[in-house]
Amino acid sequence: MTVHLAIGTQKGLFLATSTDDRRSWEISPAHHAGLGIYSVAFDTRGPTVRVLAGFESSHFGPSVAVTDDLGQSWQEPEKAPLAFSAGEEAAVERVWQLVPAGPEQPGVVYAGTQPSALWRSADGGLTFELIRGLWDHPHRPEWGAGFGGQAIHTILPHPADPSRLLVAMSTGGVYRTTDGGATWAPANRGIKAAHQPDPWPEFGQCVHKVARDAADPDHYYAQNHHGVYRTTDGGDSWQSIANTLPADFGFPIVAHPARGGTLWNFPLVADSQRQPVDLRCRVFRSTDAGDTWEPQQSGLPQDPYYPVVLRDAMCTDNADPAGVYFGSRAGEVYASRDEGETWSTVAAHLPDVLCVRAVAV
Amino acid sequence: MPTILVPGVLRAEAGGESHLTVAAEGSLRAVLDEIGARWPQLERRVRDEKGEVRRYVNVYVDGEDARRTGGQETAVSAGAEIQILPSVAGG
Repeated sequence: MTVHLAIGTQKGLFLATSTDDRRSWEISPAHHAGLGIYSVAFDTRGPTVRVLAGFESSHFGPSVAVTDDLGQSWQEPEKAPLAFSAGEEAAVERVWQLVPAGPEQPGVVYAGTQPSALWRSADGGLTFELIRGLWDHPHRPEWGAGFGGQAIHTILPHPADPSRLLVAMSTGGVYRTTDGGATWAPANRGIKAAHQPDPWPEFGQCVHKVARDAADPDHYYAQNHHGVYRTTDGGDSWQSIANTLPADFGFPIVAHPARGGTLWNFPLVADSQRQPVDLRCRVFRSTDAGDTWEPQQSGLPQDPYYPVVLRDAMCTDNADPAGVYFGSRAGEVYASRDEGETWSTVAAHLPDVLCVRAVAV
Repeated sequence: MPTILVPGVLRAEAGGESHLTVAAEGSLRAVLDEIGARWPQLERRVRDEKGEVRRYVNVYVDGEDARRTGGQETAVSAGAEIQILPSVAGG
């Protein structure tokens, strides 16, 4: 088994590889050095592993590039892979998310951008078309921007039904389609919007990340801007699962790749105090769909710990037992090969880690 | 024909060239439009899809910052020298 770990940072993409069951890692020099890598994805549907990277130059704007040889060569089309058409009075500022669809849709890749727009590629991520159903949604003028900008950061294609898709944006919240993207409806009932006069709006929540349960595709978990939630009805309603967490603020939430009810997050004190609770570097795991949580910290730093883990800077792989990974804004990356029981350092002294993704092949 | 000076960081997008010449003249917009037609990857590093010069890219026409001389409507003569430079930005 070879495990690939992609580490997107503020100044380049690092590709790490392990061939000894995730005990040690060989890390590449930076690809796209100096550029911010805000999204990365592995596509394993083809004969080779494709890596997709959404990068951004602070000078020269965003783009997407792909490699089929683990970074030896990259493809980026001459014309912008994602661009609004003339007359939209909008420009893509950042690619926040890249997600290959299921194996029944070879070549289909979704992208979420800033400003909040959803895009679909049919050629493996080389070129994308705007999904107009969401862009033209009457709510769009009321979607806001968090500190990081206004963006679609979560895209969850339904594993069995290509016409169903769930996305999340900050701010705006969760939206769903059941007709392949033609029409969209908000799905935020039960998620609190603490930053709004009406804390229970139909939309406008600042959902930070959503993960789908491995066993039931209608079960999702959401880390909100204060609040951690679960839905068991596909998003019709959400219930709090934050009761046994030390804090309900944070950015990432990830689900086990194969076992239902198991998930991880990285709590922070509050939006006004963005640091780990008690300054302890701890991941929290639930094995009962969020009813209870337990800290996992063996092998993680024991000194007072300040860094934040961003929304896409935590992931799992698809091995058994599952690997869990996270990176911090201090440029450290940690991995667990036993579902969070113990951790080891993959890399340190990197630029701020913006996103991580892992795959076992 | 106007000459475009390409910064080192963008030469890959210009086929490796440090100097380009274009037939278009009259305005900076016309020059950038021709760059877009002939070197589209270079042009999209300089302008976004709204056609606006990116915030942290500076374009000088005969040594003058085009932002202060009419933006993309800045006049470009047949012998003009147009320099593209990344601004002082980043962290």
